[in-house]
Amino acid sequence: MFTSSLINGITTGSLYALIALGPSLIYGLLRVLDIANAAGLTLGAYAGLKVWKATGSLPLGICAGIVVSAVFGLGLQRLLYRPILNRGPLIPLIASIGTFIAMEEVFRLVFGPYPLAFPAKIPLPTLRLGGAVITGVHLLILIIGLVVLVGTWFTLRRTRLGLFWRATSQDRQTAEAMGINTRGVIAAIFIIGYALAAVSGIMLGINYNTVYPTMGDIPAYKMLAIIVLGGLGNPIGTIAAAMLIGLVETFVVMYAGFVLPRDAIAFIVLIIILLVRPQGLLPGPRTTK
Amino acid sequence: MSYLIVIGVTIAIYAMLTVALNMVVGYAGQPNLAQSAFLGLGAYFAAVLSTRYHLGFWWTIPVSFGVAGLAGFILGAISLRLREDFLAITTIGLNFVVVAIFQYIPFFGGAVGIYSIPLPTIGARTFGNLDFLVVALLMLALVVAVSKYLEKTWLGASLTAVRDDESAAASVGIPVASYKVVAFTLSAAFAGMAGSIYAPFLSAITPTSFGFTESVVILSMLIFGGSGTIRGALVGALVLGALPEVFRFISNFRLLTYGAILLLMLRFQPQGLLGEASAVSSLIGKVTAPARRAADSRANGRAGEGRTRDRGTPRN
Repeated sequence: MFTSSLINGITTGSLYALIALGPSLIYGLLRVLDIANAAGLTLGAYAGLKVWKATGSLPLGICAGIVVSAVFGLGLQRLLYRPILNRGPLIPLIASIGTFIAMEEVFRLVFGPYPLAFPAKIPLPTLRLGGAVITGVHLLILIIGLVVLVGTWFTLRRTRLGLFWRATSQDRQTAEAMGINTRGVIAAIFIIGYALAAVSGIMLGINYNTVYPTMGDIPAYKMLAIIVLGGLGNPIGTIAAAMLIGLVETFVVMYAGFVLPRDAIAFIVLIIILLVRPQGLLPGPRTTK
Repeated sequence: MSYLIVIGVTIAIYAMLTVALNMVVGYAGQPNLAQSAFLGLGAYFAAVLSTRYHLGFWWTIPVSFGVAGLAGFILGAISLRLREDFLAITTIGLNFVVVAIFQYIPFFGGAVGIYSIPLPTIGARTFGNLDFLVVALLMLALVVAVSKYLEKTWLGASLTAVRDDESAAASVGIPVASYKVVAFTLSAAFAGMAGSIYAPFLSAITPTSFGFTESVVILSMLIFGGSGTIRGALVGALVLGALPEVFRFISNFRLLTYGAILLLMLRFQPQGLLGEASAVSSLIGKVTAPARRAADSRANGRAGEGRTRDRGTPRN
C-alpha cells in the first residue's frame, strides 16, 4: 500500500515536472506566466495520437507532437508575447489565458467534443516491486522524468545554452551587451518548453487512454501552482515542487480521504504557502541576484 | 419581446459584474480572475437560503452581498502580501477552490447544483421577466452610482494613484493598503449581489457555471470595453453579452470569440474600445467641442496621465 502510493506519487510528480518545466524556463527568461503552454500540451497529444493512428509508430507520433507543438510555441512567442512584453506582467498573462481558452475551442471544433482513446502499447515490461505494480506507461513516465531531470540539470549547469539561459534570466540587457544572442536563447527555450509540453500531453493521453479538448485545463492551473511553489523561474525548484505536489496529493487522497478533489489540493497548499512565504517556497532568480 | 427582456436581464447582470470588476482591475490596478467565484457565492447563498430555508428574495440580497463581500475582503487582505503575478495565480486558484466547495460540500447541493429556486415575490405578485429586468437595472444603477462615487471622490483618485505608482502614493500619505482592501470588498460584494438575482432568474444553478472560464469572460468584457472607465465596462458587457444572442452561430464558439477578442484587444488596443486614450475615445474627443474636451481633461487629468505612461520599469 505504502510502496504503491509512493510510486504513484513519484509518477504523478514526474508528469507534473514535465508539464511545469517548460513554463518555468519561460518565466525565468521573460517573466511571463505561459498558460498557453497547456494548449501546446493538448495540441501535442492530438498530433501524436493522429500520427500514431496513421502510421502505427509511437516514436513517430511523439516526434510529430513535438514538432507541431514547438512550431505553435515559437509562433506564439513571435506574434503574441514579443510585442506586448513590456506592458507589465498582467497583460501577457491575460493574453496567454485568452490564447489557451480560444485554442480549447479550436480543438473542440477540429477534433470534436468527445474524448478520443489513445491505446498505444508501450514496449516496456510491467514491474512488480514489493506488492506495487509499475505498468509500462508509468515506467516510461519515470524514465522520461529522470532523463528530463538529469538533462535539465546538465543543460543548465554544463552547456552554453544553459549558461546563456542563466545570464539572460538574470539580466537581459547585460547578457545582450556581452554578445549573447538573447533572441536565439528565447526561441530555443520556447521550442524546448513546447516540446516538453507535447511529450507530457502524449504521456497523459496514453496513461489515461484519453485525449480531449479540455485536457489542458488541470495541467494549466496546476503548473501555475507548481512553478510558484518552486520559486518562479527556478527550474530545479520547479522539479522539487512537482514531486512534492505529486506526493502530497497521492498521500492525502490515500490516507486522509480529503473532502475536496485532489485537484483543489494543489491550490489550497499554494494559497497557504503564499500566505506564509509570499516569495514562494524556494527563491527564484530575482532574489538570488 | 419577452426574449429581449431575458437578454436584457442577462446583460444587466454581466454589466454589474464588469462595473464591479472595474473597481479592482481598473481603479486599483489589481488582477482579479475570480469575479465569477464571487457571483457564485452570492448565487449559491441566495439559492440555498430561499430553497431550503424559505428566506424571501429581498432578504437574500443583503446576505449574498455580505458573504461575497467577506470573501472579497479576505482576498483583498491576501492581495497586500503578494506580487501582481502571484496574486493573479491566487485568484485563478480561488475559482477552482470555490467550484470544488460547491461540488463536494453537501450544504451546496453537490454536482447537480440547486434547482427549482422559487421566484421572488413583491407583495402578492410573483416575479415575471419584466420585474427581473427592473430589479436588475435598479441594482446596476446602484453599482454604477457607487462606482461613480469612487471615481469622483478622493478614494477614486487615490485608488488610481495606487494603480499608477504604489510607493509614490504611499509616500504622500495615502493609505494604499486599506483602499485596495475596500476595492476588493466592494467589487466582490456587488458580484455577490448580482448572484442573488442570477439564481432565481435562472431557477437552477450548477457549480461549473461559476468556473474559471466564466471569470475570463467577465474580464474580457471589461478589457474589450475599456478597463478603468464605467462606460467601458458597460459597453463591454452590452456588446459581448449581446453578441452570442444576436449572432446565434457565435454561441457555438463563444469561448473562441471571447479568447480571440481578448488577444486582439491586448495586442492592438489595450485601452479597450472606450478606455481613456483609446482609438474610439480620441475620435469622439476630436469630433466634440473643445469645451467638452477641456471639461474631460479636468475630470480625468490625473488618471489620464498615468494610463498613457509606460507602467513600471521596463521589464527584462
